[in-house]
Parts: sequence; structure tokens; C-alpha cells
Amino acid sequence: MTAVPPATAELQPADTRGGPWLRLRGDWRLRTGLPAVSDVLKDLPDPAAGKVLRFADDGLDGWDTGLTAFLLGCTDVLEAGGWQADFSELPAGVQRLMELARAVPENAEAHRTGIEPNWLARLGLAALNLVAIGGAMLEFLGELALSFVRLITGRARMRARDLWFQMQQCGADALPIVLLINVLVGMILAFVGVVQLQQFGAAIFVANLVALAMLREMGVLMTGIIISGRTGASFAAQLGAMQANEEVDAFRSFGIPPMDFLVLPRVLALVFMMPLLTIFADAIGILGGMLVGAAMMDLSMRAYWNQTLMSATMGHFMLGVGKSFVFGGLIALCGCYQGIRCGRNAQAVGQATTRAVVAAITSLIVADAVFAVLCNELGI
Amino acid sequence: MSDQPSRIDLRGVELAYGSYVVMRDINASIRRGEVFVIMGGSGCGKSTLLRAMIGLMPPAQGEIRYDGELLFSADRTPDDLARRFGVLFQGGALWSSMTLAENIALPLEQYTRLKPAEIRQVVRHKLALVGLKGFEDYRPAEISGGMKKRAGLARAMALDPEILFFDEPSAGLDPLSSRRLDELILQLRDVLGTTVVVVTHELESIFAIADTALFLNAQTRTPTALGNPHELLKHSTEPAVRAFLTRGESSHETPAP
Repeated sequence: MTAVPPATAELQPADTRGGPWLRLRGDWRLRTGLPAVSDVLKDLPDPAAGKVLRFADDGLDGWDTGLTAFLLGCTDVLEAGGWQADFSELPAGVQRLMELARAVPENAEAHRTGIEPNWLARLGLAALNLVAIGGAMLEFLGELALSFVRLITGRARMRARDLWFQMQQCGADALPIVLLINVLVGMILAFVGVVQLQQFGAAIFVANLVALAMLREMGVLMTGIIISGRTGASFAAQLGAMQANEEVDAFRSFGIPPMDFLVLPRVLALVFMMPLLTIFADAIGILGGMLVGAAMMDLSMRAYWNQTLMSATMGHFMLGVGKSFVFGGLIALCGCYQGIRCGRNAQAVGQATTRAVVAAITSLIVADAVFAVLCNELGI
Repeated sequence: MSDQPSRIDLRGVELAYGSYVVMRDINASIRRGEVFVIMGGSGCGKSTLLRAMIGLMPPAQGEIRYDGELLFSADRTPDDLARRFGVLFQGGALWSSMTLAENIALPLEQYTRLKPAEIRQVVRHKLALVGLKGFEDYRPAEISGGMKKRAGLARAMALDPEILFFDEPSAGLDPLSSRRLDELILQLRDVLGTTVVVVTHELESIFAIADTALFLNAQTRTPTALGNPHELLKHSTEPAVRAFLTRGESSHETPAP
């Protein structure tokens, strides 16, 4: 393989054929690398007559887009300095491409203005955006409320089989992961509790700790977080992809409100299934605690179980289950809201999914905090 | 034909996204059984006008009436009128979680009292009409783009709508399928008396099917021509319309249609 001469461009003074010219030599292909426009045109010679720079083929070995891109770059620089470019001494193919590239003048409006707004403007824009988001959320909630009214009056266009399908998806199918996480959480609680309480010879109270923590907080919260990541994300992605594919519009075009057909079964399914998952999580968590507690302490399962029964009251249990209804509703709302309002491209679907999960988990924690304050005030 | 009552009336319709006006002063009457084409270059607001006509986006101003009834009015949602028309979206917009049969069956289940066996019968018939007999149990992801479009048409025709809307029917179709679709459109009109509204920029289709065409001019942001495309080609003095209908060639002479 012979070495290819590199692309070179040298400015030459005016000669017998005309004004100053640029001598183009070597292999002008993208893969061999190109000289920089600014270096080549650094010192333009004095124009003898008129500001015309001729571009001449003086031993071009080959060319592709590399050459034409370089020429276009030169044209921009030359025109800015009041010069004209003359390509008539270049190969015919190059000339035709250059004519094509310059046929339609640059669209002045097409340029995006890159002016960054100052911090005050950005703050204002953010606030306006927040107002718009608030409005959109209210609209979504209002439409959902109307959809509920239609459901109660029996006019909602929701199919029972969609509800069953969603219940299976977000309920039964989530059991394995809910089981795994909650058994581990129960074990961790017991482990931490035993180590601390043994110092005071009160190891048996680890049963109280696990039971209260699981029933009141951890069962419902861990399940909520798992379901946010699992089901909330899936709602947003499903509805988002349907939105991107005009499927949601297709429902509207048939007079089937997407709220009834798509959102309602998902919200109902999750509101029904979250409490069941939470009860399952509570039981599994206590079981996990019992395994660790009984293994680390010289206690029988029966003693641990009796202690659990003594400490766990109906109030604690109902508090957790009550929260689970709210959490289920919040997760479904976040997922469906982001999905329905999704834009029409792949990136928007990803964004909608991320936002749905972040919003769901945040709202769970905030709601949990509100519950904690309320319980404290009410003495539950 | 002109004494027939108009099916669709557009009066002073203005389309806008926020404060950005896409198209204003749209006026047209579409007669029963007419093939009405909305044409224009890319980005002129053709599809936006279609979205407004099928009730997906209220116009910023003006009114859209179906048989004299307002599409967007305070005491009624567009949904009530929606079941009287069928829409073929650009990509077919089939519901991807359902099979083709379920896609076509859904509107029938929602709006008729047919028994499942009868619905199956109708579905089979509709699929046969668009040349997809036997594809009942396929999912949208398993068939080609052209087939999706035809299945979308079968779904749009499920309820025997009075008006059919097509958004860029020939986009993404090979010339032969595209021509078959044009023929199907004309047959639907002739046999069932369906009113057809088509958004397209395919010249061949426009000349083949349109009774009336509305030209949306992207520069002036107003419609600048309304009439039969053959007549427009012969007599229109509007340069933008002539350039569009002749592909920008021979704009000074009248080519044979």
C-alpha cells in the first residue's frame, strides 16, 4: 500500500491566470484528516483586483465530503471578509455540489438563539411552569373524578377483564419480590433489635419491635416503594408508549375516554391490591423477624409468637392497611398522570417513567410523614 | 350535487399551539359522499386541522359543525359525535396489547349489542375487506407497516361510520399498496356513501381520489385554494397552488392532467 499524500492547501499570490489562489493538493478525504480553515486563510494576500480567491486543483488525489465541507467553511470566512470564492478551476463534481449547497440561502429564522435567560427570568419561568403543571394535575384529577362518577353510575367505558388483568399484574405477579424484600426487612429489624436489646436482657421485646415496625411502617412503606418502581413505572411506560404511538388518540376518536378505559382500571387495581400486598408483607416481615429472633435468642418460636400477639393490636394493623389504600392510589396516579401526559418520542417515555417513580416515592414518604403526625395527634 | 346538505362545515377555523397560529380563516363545506382532500407542504397544519376535525384539539377560533351540530360545545364533549366517524391514523395506531381481531372488536363491543360470535363474524368480514383475512390473531408488532395501516382502516370501518378520516394514508406504503388504498377509498364512497376526508401531499392520490381539495399555504398561514384539483391545476392563478400541483415544474404552462 502506497502512502497517500496528505491534504494540503497553500495560498498563492496572483499570477498570470488571475488573482490570488489556493492550491489544493493531496488526498482530501474525511478519513485522512483535513487542514483547518482558519489556518489556511490566516493571511490572505493583498487583492490585486477585486477580492476574489480562486480555488484550484493542483494535484488532487481524491476527494469526498471532506473537500466540500472545507470549501463551505472557506466560503463562510471569505464572505465575512467581503471576499468571493471562485471554484471554476475545481473538478466539475465539486463545483456542482458547491452550487447545490449554496442554492438555498441560510434561513435566518432557523437559528436558535442561544441567549441564556438570567436567574430572575429562569426563576419566573420555573414558577410559571409550576403553575402550568399544577393546572394540568388538577385537570387530570378532575377528569379522573368524572370518570369515577361514570363508574358509579354504570356509564364508564371500562372493561371488567382489563381490571382483572391489571389486578393480576400489579397484585399476584408482585408477590415474589414483595416476599423477598419484606422477609429481609423483617430479619434486619430483628437482627438490629436483638443486638441492642440483649444488652439490657430484654431480647424478647424484639418481637414487639418487629411487629410494630412491620405493621405500622415498614410493611406498607417497603411494599409501596417496590410497587412504585415496579408497577408505577410500568403504568407510565405503557401509557407513555401508547401516547407516543397515537393509541390514546385512537381511543378518543372512538369516543372511548382514555380515563375510563386506561386509567380507571389501573388506579382501581392498585387501590385494591396494595392492601392485600401490605397484609402479605406484614405477615412475611414478622415471619422473617421470628426466624432471626428465634435463631439468635434461646427462645422458642411459640414464645416469640405469643409476644408478637401481645404487642400487635388491631389499631397498628389497621393503620398500615389504611395507609396502603392511600399509597396505592398515589402510585397509580403518579404513573398514569406521567404516562398520559407523555410526549411523542422515545426520550419522553423514558422521562415519564423516571418522573413517575420519583414522584411516587416522594409522595409516599410525604404521605407517610403526614400519617405519622396525624397518628401522634390522634394518639393512634 | 350542490343542493345536498353539507355534512361538515368549517367556519373561520383558526388553529394554534399556544400563541403560535398555524393556520387561520379556514372555511369549507364538505358534502355527503364527497372525497375531500386537505393538501399542502410539510408543516402547513394539515394534520393539526385533522386533529381538530376529529375532536382531539379544539380550534382556537371558529366552529366545526357536523350536520349542523357543533363539535365543540360547552354542554357536550366531542365523544358523543365521535362514534359517527372512523379515523385512520398515520401509523395505524393499533392498540398494541390486543390482537387485530380484538382491535376491531373493541368498538363493536362498546357500541353494539352483538353477541361474541356475531362480532367475530363482523371482524372477519372487515379484515377480508382490507385483504387481511386470516390475520385475526396476529398482534400489531407481528405485521408489516402496510398491513398495520390496512388493519387500522378495518378498525376505522368497524362501526360503518358516516365519515372516514385518513391521515397521510399513503405515507410509508409502496406504490401498489398506496394505489389499492386509493381504490378502496373510492369504493367505500361509492358503495356505502361514506364521506371521506383525507390529509395528504401525495399528488397522485390527490388527482386520483379528490372531489374537492383544500390547499393550506404554509407561507401565508391561510388556505389559498379550494376546488377540484384538476380544475385548480387548469385555472388557479395562485403560484403556490400551481407549484404544489406541478411539483414546482412548468409553472407557466398547463400540463395535461
